[in-house]
Amino acid sequence: MDLHEVQSHLNQWLDEAVVVFQKVPGSAVLIRYVRSSYQNDPVRSAIELVLFIFFIRYLLAPSYSTSKQNYVKLTEDEIDELVDEWTPEPLVPAPTPAEEAELEKLPVLVGPTGPKSKLANGKTVTNLASYNFYNLNANEQIKEKAIQTLRTYGVGPCGPPQFYGTQDVHMKTEADIASYLGTEGCIVYSNSFATISSVIPAFCKRGDVIVADRAVNCSIRRGLEISRSSIKWYNHNDLEDLERVMRKVVQEQARKKLTRRFIVTEALFETIGDVNNLPKLIELKEKYKFRIILDETWSFGVLGRTGRGLTEAQNVDPQQVDMIVGSMAGPLCAGGGFCAGSKDVVEHQRITSAAFTFSAALPAMLAMTASESLNVLQSNPEILQQCRENIRLMRAQLDPRSDWVMCTSAPENPIMILVLKPEVIKARRLSVEDQDRLMQECVDEALANGVLISRLKGNSITIHTSLKDGTWAVQPALKVCVTTGLSKKDIEKAGVTIRHAITKVMTRKTNNKLGVPAA
Amino acid sequence: MPRKLSNPFASPSMPPSEKAGERRPSQSKGNRLAGFFSTKSKEQSPATQTHQQGVSQQMTSTAMSLPTISLSTASAAGELSSDEPPTTLFQPPSADETRTRQRAEAEFGPLLSPSHRYVSAHHGKRLDPPIEDEPPYYYLLTTYISYLLLIFCGHVRDFFGKRFGDKKHYRPLKAFNGYAPLNDDFDNFYVRRLKRRLDDCFARPTTGVPGRYITLMDRKSDDFNRSYKLTGTYTETLNVSSYNYLGFAQSEGPCADAAEECVRKYGMSFCSPRADAGTSDLVLEVEREVAQFVGKPAAMVFSMGFVTNAGTFPALVSKGCLIISDELNHASIRVGARLSGAVIRSFKHNNMDDLEKKLREAIAQGQPRTHRPWKKILVVVEGLYSMEGTMVDLPGVLELKRKYKFFLYMDEAHSIGAVGPNGRGVCDYFGVDPGEIDILMGTLTKSFGANGGYVAAEKHIIDKLRMTNPAALLGESPAPSVLMQILSSLRVITGQIAPGQGEERLQRIAFNSRYLRLGLKRLGFIVYGHDDSPIIPIMLYNPGKMSAFSHEMLKRKISVVLVGYPATPLISSRARFCISAAHNKEDMDRLLAACDEVGDILQLKFSTGVAGGQEPLPEGVTPEMEKEWRKANGLEGVIKPPRWKLEDVIARGVEDCKQPLR
Repeated sequence: MDLHEVQSHLNQWLDEAVVVFQKVPGSAVLIRYVRSSYQNDPVRSAIELVLFIFFIRYLLAPSYSTSKQNYVKLTEDEIDELVDEWTPEPLVPAPTPAEEAELEKLPVLVGPTGPKSKLANGKTVTNLASYNFYNLNANEQIKEKAIQTLRTYGVGPCGPPQFYGTQDVHMKTEADIASYLGTEGCIVYSNSFATISSVIPAFCKRGDVIVADRAVNCSIRRGLEISRSSIKWYNHNDLEDLERVMRKVVQEQARKKLTRRFIVTEALFETIGDVNNLPKLIELKEKYKFRIILDETWSFGVLGRTGRGLTEAQNVDPQQVDMIVGSMAGPLCAGGGFCAGSKDVVEHQRITSAAFTFSAALPAMLAMTASESLNVLQSNPEILQQCRENIRLMRAQLDPRSDWVMCTSAPENPIMILVLKPEVIKARRLSVEDQDRLMQECVDEALANGVLISRLKGNSITIHTSLKDGTWAVQPALKVCVTTGLSKKDIEKAGVTIRHAITKVMTRKTNNKLGVPAA
Repeated sequence: MPRKLSNPFASPSMPPSEKAGERRPSQSKGNRLAGFFSTKSKEQSPATQTHQQGVSQQMTSTAMSLPTISLSTASAAGELSSDEPPTTLFQPPSADETRTRQRAEAEFGPLLSPSHRYVSAHHGKRLDPPIEDEPPYYYLLTTYISYLLLIFCGHVRDFFGKRFGDKKHYRPLKAFNGYAPLNDDFDNFYVRRLKRRLDDCFARPTTGVPGRYITLMDRKSDDFNRSYKLTGTYTETLNVSSYNYLGFAQSEGPCADAAEECVRKYGMSFCSPRADAGTSDLVLEVEREVAQFVGKPAAMVFSMGFVTNAGTFPALVSKGCLIISDELNHASIRVGARLSGAVIRSFKHNNMDDLEKKLREAIAQGQPRTHRPWKKILVVVEGLYSMEGTMVDLPGVLELKRKYKFFLYMDEAHSIGAVGPNGRGVCDYFGVDPGEIDILMGTLTKSFGANGGYVAAEKHIIDKLRMTNPAALLGESPAPSVLMQILSSLRVITGQIAPGQGEERLQRIAFNSRYLRLGLKRLGFIVYGHDDSPIIPIMLYNPGKMSAFSHEMLKRKISVVLVGYPATPLISSRARFCISAAHNKEDMDRLLAACDEVGDILQLKFSTGVAGGQEPLPEGVTPEMEKEWRKANGLEGVIKPPRWKLEDVIARGVEDCKQPLR
């Protein structure tokens, strides 16, 4: 093929291409455009086209760098060698002696939990470690109701709520709790620990601001961590500090796009036991336009005349609190948790809250038990009075009379958190680990004398979360849970036993080597 | 429905007379649950409702547990089995007996023939990924157009709604009084503008036991699914929606009896976390049994499956560790992984080559920026994927594990109980020693009819978990009755209680799954997943077909689960059947007949035949000879789209589903 032929072929193709181009609708317009706009200069048009394509590419490119920085190119043999050399750490580290000892000492109940529980070693002890404040676990009426439910619904609902797992009992429990609290709606979760961890990320997204109390519990911390919001802390129960933080947030955000802002706090604090000042919180929230997520896990069924929680105790309209999260696993002796709030708040969670959407529904019998327990509480508010009387008795035995510990709980809180007095800690220079060990010894000593109490656990985990907040540490404490299932005499006796146990542990020679206490 | 099925429960909701006579317990059709709730009407105040419900429930319960001395049903029983001496030797069963039997069968269907059983196992071989069929492009295109249209309409409605619409409905979307909108992201848009259109297919309220049949509470909406009103009527439907794999959702039988006794003895709760005073002899016994069942030295149980995953990861891995997770892993795994602080990477679903690539890269490059070697690498897979119906290629994963020394965490939420000749999950199915897998996690919600989850591993790992898993230290301990349900159902499976029953359940679910899967393929549906999996998704694609399919099936009294975005990619919407041992062949045939009709109405028979449903080979040709036979007859590469007739599917199904499916 000589050059001429090539040329003629080329011309032929060009002609064909031109014809085809002219056949394309709009080609005449394009040619006219090129001619008229740039003095018939196709080069300029070509440059413009290149720029245009670059612009499109730039627009579609991800905003972050995709090239692997710092990537070391290795040959397959080198990789094989690295694979052979690599030895992973063991999946879990070896247990520490403290952990081993604790595991061994874990009390094992035989038979039901109750004010007097039987342990696996054959001893019957006074149980002050369960959240069975009103001894509803032994209530025959509730048991009968649960058995009826069992015989109608079976045990498990065998499906998530969105897929045929919503049973009429769940709807009834939700309606019962909503009407009990006085909120528009309520949504029931199948586990109380997972509830708030899932409620927080359902509303708080990246870019939102959360202001949280430093002392919030582990479950809330997990929720905060998943939410990816920006988190600000305020000093525990210090509402002036809260206001300072809120003001700062508002100032910082003044020129930015309006984002959601939340206050996350507890009604009764799990690790301290004290109570929040809700009216003041509401005032601040309205002033600075925050929403409140209030964890009532430990106050629902406890505070207020009929146990409606902090809102009842402090005369706050529950509709002013945006989200009330509570538990049905504590004093109600059922299981699961709930979040109450306006209808929008509740319905939003039904599809976006992970622990609700991706988990099986609560067993019908537990939902029914929760409803029935509420019923019992509502019809006998005197049971709460009785419990408070027992708390008073127990407190009288422990708080003022002990040289070593003091109670940080609110007076109505049936979970009495006992911490070592600051002067004791100071005099003996006790580290957190020392305190933990002493508390465990107190628990053991009390158990040896027939009273089962517990101590705050999970400190290490609560602090361990990757949220950067180095200023807060949970103080090791004893946990004494009062119940109405015991007579006044029993309560006092148990109180004396605990006090003596603490004294005995604190005056033990091995624990006393750093000198006598200040008291 | 053209096919007459001999099913006493297929009757529609309660006749109207039942609703009026509230004190008269239902006695006509055996639908006692419906009768029990028929007193409930929307207008009643909650208080009276509660009261009445309580009363009627008490009545029902007495009648159910003690059918012979039931006073409330005495009139019915009296009429039928009166004092007249019997005139024939054969005495028909009394109304009560019939009712009790019907009730039991509504929860667990009788086995119709001993041939309807199959043992599923896949020993010693690697599992090939299932072939995924694709529909004609036309359907994909229309699906995309549908979504574009929906999204466009949604935005138009939002634009005008926010400005002129009902304030109440749009308040959470707008900045209001200085508060930022409560929800304004795409998820929320999706829920309001796309999902709400088919919202009535989700979260249908139910009552009673979610067994072989499930009783739906009928509801209607006057405001386009924004709110619902219960109509007060009930529909009993065939239940292919619940995760009731072994049929343990029962209100009677050994498990329910044990649970009742347990409630009487233990009460409802232990009222305390495991680490305080929530550890009982019962829970330790359950843990021992679970560990033994899955073949690990130790186990621990939790009150919720989600929490099990969400709490365990932070106890195992931390900063400096790498989690390589299958891209389709469950949300709880993602939450747990994120809480752990480890770096998370994902690999293509069930793709061992991609996993190996990721592993090599991870080990070769080390941690990002510093290039330090990873402290440990944890690979997370699920045994059976709940949306795809695929099983993990466990032999393939273990091969890689031996080479790359990673730790393996396997979530057996759906596979425990549901697969394997002994119901012990995927290890059992593949004949793999459970000791090779570091952590076996699973739920007790599904196959065991209870609630909660477990983790099983070496003893020192479990001990560590007991001390460091926040869900165990601070979360509630499982309820005693739930524990008893786990214990008794486990013992039924292993044959310690009611010998033979557990085996029957296991073999029935295997048979049902294969039978239905083959049937659907032969009818021409695109079915995802592996042959032995009891999760059978059929593809719908178009969003409009989702609600249409659900409604058509509901018309035929079958309740199905729809799965769409965000659980699946936007375009591959599907309906999912969860097969149970409580079903029998009659139920499967009923389902096939319904699918056949609905598939024609909605044009769902897309299958090209590459994924199965082929004509059987002629006499004398074995599967090994198939290639030669095709060559001899010039049929190489010829795949006929399967469009079998329903009669042929049913006629050949029992025999063919026990062969390798083709």
